[in-house]
Amino acid sequence: MNRYLLSMNDLSHEDIESLLATARVDFLDLSKRDIKKVPTLRGRTVIDLFYEKSTRTSTSFELAGKRLSADVINVKADSSAVGKGESLKDTTLTLNAYRPDIIVIRHPHVGAAAFVSRFTEAHVINAGDGMGEHPTQCLLDIFSMQQEFGELKGLKVAIVGDILHSRVARSNIIGFQKMGMEVTLVAPPALLPRGVEAFGAEVSHSLDALAGMDMIYLLRMQKERHEGANFLPSLREYIASYQVGLRHVGKGQRVLHPGPINRGVEIEGALADSQENLILHQVEAGLAVRMAVLYRIIVDNAVADSAAESEPATGEAGSTGSPEKSDTGKSAAQVEEPVKNIHAVG
Amino acid sequence: MTTIIAKRGTKATLVIRDARVFDPGSGIDTRTDVLIEKGQIVRIAPGKGSVGEAQVIDGAGRLLLPGFVDLHAHLRSPGREDEEDMASGTRAAAAGGYVTICAMPNTDPVVDNAAVIASLAELAEADAMVRVAFLGAISRGEKGDHLSDMWDMAGAGAVGFTDDGRPVADAGLLRAAFQAARNVNLPLSLHCEDLDLAGAGVVNEGTVSAQLGLAGIPGTAESSDVARNLDIALYEGARVHIAHVSCARSVAAVDLARKAGGAVTCEVTPHHLALNDEEVRGLDANFKMNPPLRNEADRLALVEALASGVIDCIATDHAPHATQEKETPFEEAPFGVIGLETAFAVLYSELVQAGAVSLEVLVQAMSSNPARAFGLPVPTITEGQEANLCLVDVDEEYEIDPAGFYSKSRNSAFSGRKVRGRVLLTLVAGRMAHNIL
Repeated sequence: MNRYLLSMNDLSHEDIESLLATARVDFLDLSKRDIKKVPTLRGRTVIDLFYEKSTRTSTSFELAGKRLSADVINVKADSSAVGKGESLKDTTLTLNAYRPDIIVIRHPHVGAAAFVSRFTEAHVINAGDGMGEHPTQCLLDIFSMQQEFGELKGLKVAIVGDILHSRVARSNIIGFQKMGMEVTLVAPPALLPRGVEAFGAEVSHSLDALAGMDMIYLLRMQKERHEGANFLPSLREYIASYQVGLRHVGKGQRVLHPGPINRGVEIEGALADSQENLILHQVEAGLAVRMAVLYRIIVDNAVADSAAESEPATGEAGSTGSPEKSDTGKSAAQVEEPVKNIHAVG
Repeated sequence: MTTIIAKRGTKATLVIRDARVFDPGSGIDTRTDVLIEKGQIVRIAPGKGSVGEAQVIDGAGRLLLPGFVDLHAHLRSPGREDEEDMASGTRAAAAGGYVTICAMPNTDPVVDNAAVIASLAELAEADAMVRVAFLGAISRGEKGDHLSDMWDMAGAGAVGFTDDGRPVADAGLLRAAFQAARNVNLPLSLHCEDLDLAGAGVVNEGTVSAQLGLAGIPGTAESSDVARNLDIALYEGARVHIAHVSCARSVAAVDLARKAGGAVTCEVTPHHLALNDEEVRGLDANFKMNPPLRNEADRLALVEALASGVIDCIATDHAPHATQEKETPFEEAPFGVIGLETAFAVLYSELVQAGAVSLEVLVQAMSSNPARAFGLPVPTITEGQEANLCLVDVDEEYEIDPAGFYSKSRNSAFSGRKVRGRVLLTLVAGRMAHNIL
């Protein structure tokens, strides 16, 4: 992995495979143990900086950090200095002074994670930036798909719903295509961005397009982003034309949704409760995948940095130098192998 | 009075030797010497005539041009003097070869009455390094509800009216504004934008906005308002100037209205001529301005319209913003970029050297055309005239570095760009306003 995970464009196909293998081999079963913790990131500090409401992303990042034994600090915009008028730059500089190893940021504006990366030596992970991207969601979606289907190359996936406002769709279109999947976007014209052809995906305005798909990826109707603009004349029309229910799901087809679902809007209640959907698998995958991201962003860069330095590592974990310095001073060996630690603890 | 300048220092006496003197207005394009005595051009001729006490400036390989005129500059005075003020803004203008600039009225307080113009005139008399003209607001407080007192502001020296920064949404108010402006024989400069179509947009709507996930401002948000406003202007027989056109359909609307007999002028900015919305991909807020950078097809249409004369003026829309306001995620930053100090070099490099537009068209669009549009003094290199000119080095390539700007602000869209066309010297009203020789 690179120093930052800001966009799915930061990862190659090989990076994605390798990262998800880490999630599968090292972390997926951890939640099923009695003791759900490994000392892998002991002494490391992860700051989760959340400027938007979030349940599953913030919970899973927090839990992922804690299960890796990192010190995890949650900073929420509504209870921090942000409400006092502090700029994102100043907040970042302030947090950076604590020398965190990783900053995870969720923010209502595009490019916020990239912006933060300019003012900190920490690794930065984009946990959703406005309508921009949400790369860890994409990774966990690919993970869930692999768990269900194995090889994804050549499979067909339809992304259905409010694509215009969806950072999940933007990351997924990039990520799914990198995995060799054929992507079709299904939405009314008003919920597709002008310039949609740039995504290199098929576009349809009818659920008829779902026939022949291997997977149906539903998006949440982002009603909060519709305020003041008439994207849809009526929700009834949308439900009649675009709600996906059990009757749309063929044999062998699987349904995914990033959550939170609007039951009865984009997804019929019966489908939400059925075995055809992978929604709770996605949530479970989210934890393992985010553990893998936190772990690999540290260890890959420590390997890269120590290789660049080609010096014997002498730095102490939690050294008082700058994060960049401590990274270069640490060899991969000092970030302990997760599997070994599972045994050590469990 | 229409333009004001501080009368500081002595009138220049100098001779510029062997420059390429280029003034389409007076029909000069020749290598010769120009003798200026006490601020007046007294002789344009080669040779060894007496130059008396004159300072000698080597013009070899350099261009001597009539000074530039900017119809659209935000001097941020009063209200945001931390971003720009009369002294810094006019000094920046001089560094860009400008001899006259028009200050926009969207300040704090808004320039919507004669008293504010009078106080700005006082400031200009003390501090202005180039001639400054003032535009008044069309509506009180630029709120779009009630007409400002145009007659009173005309008496105080306003050269035109605009609610720039905001469109005049109310068509009835706009019609009344055309009538009031016609009564004092001054033009309206219109920022054309349908705010309902622009919505929460921050960049051009198209492939770039789709991929980045930024809300887009469609070209039709501008062009539909241009078409509406020109239709009303035609009906009223009013003088109208369309500010910062950015897309092909706006150009088409201007062309149509002029062919229908409308007294229409329009301007385009250097950034819309030189850049397209691909620049936004890095999410640097110094590429955020309104109207936004459009796609390449629109940019090419603007260049073509400039070359063909449909667009007759180049204006900077110089919009200084404090660094901390631009140093934010893209969506949070204010719209606007500065341009006075880079306009000529950028356009000379991107348009003239690239062969897209002739030097003649560029100089006219930066000098005589805008001057005539707002009834300002037309800079000319003619014997017997006051010196309002600039000397430009078109040989040496240099890198634009905002750190060296005279403007108080640094929000340039051309930082790091390599260009030719550095302005070496500017004489305004016969006085040396800029000299880096």
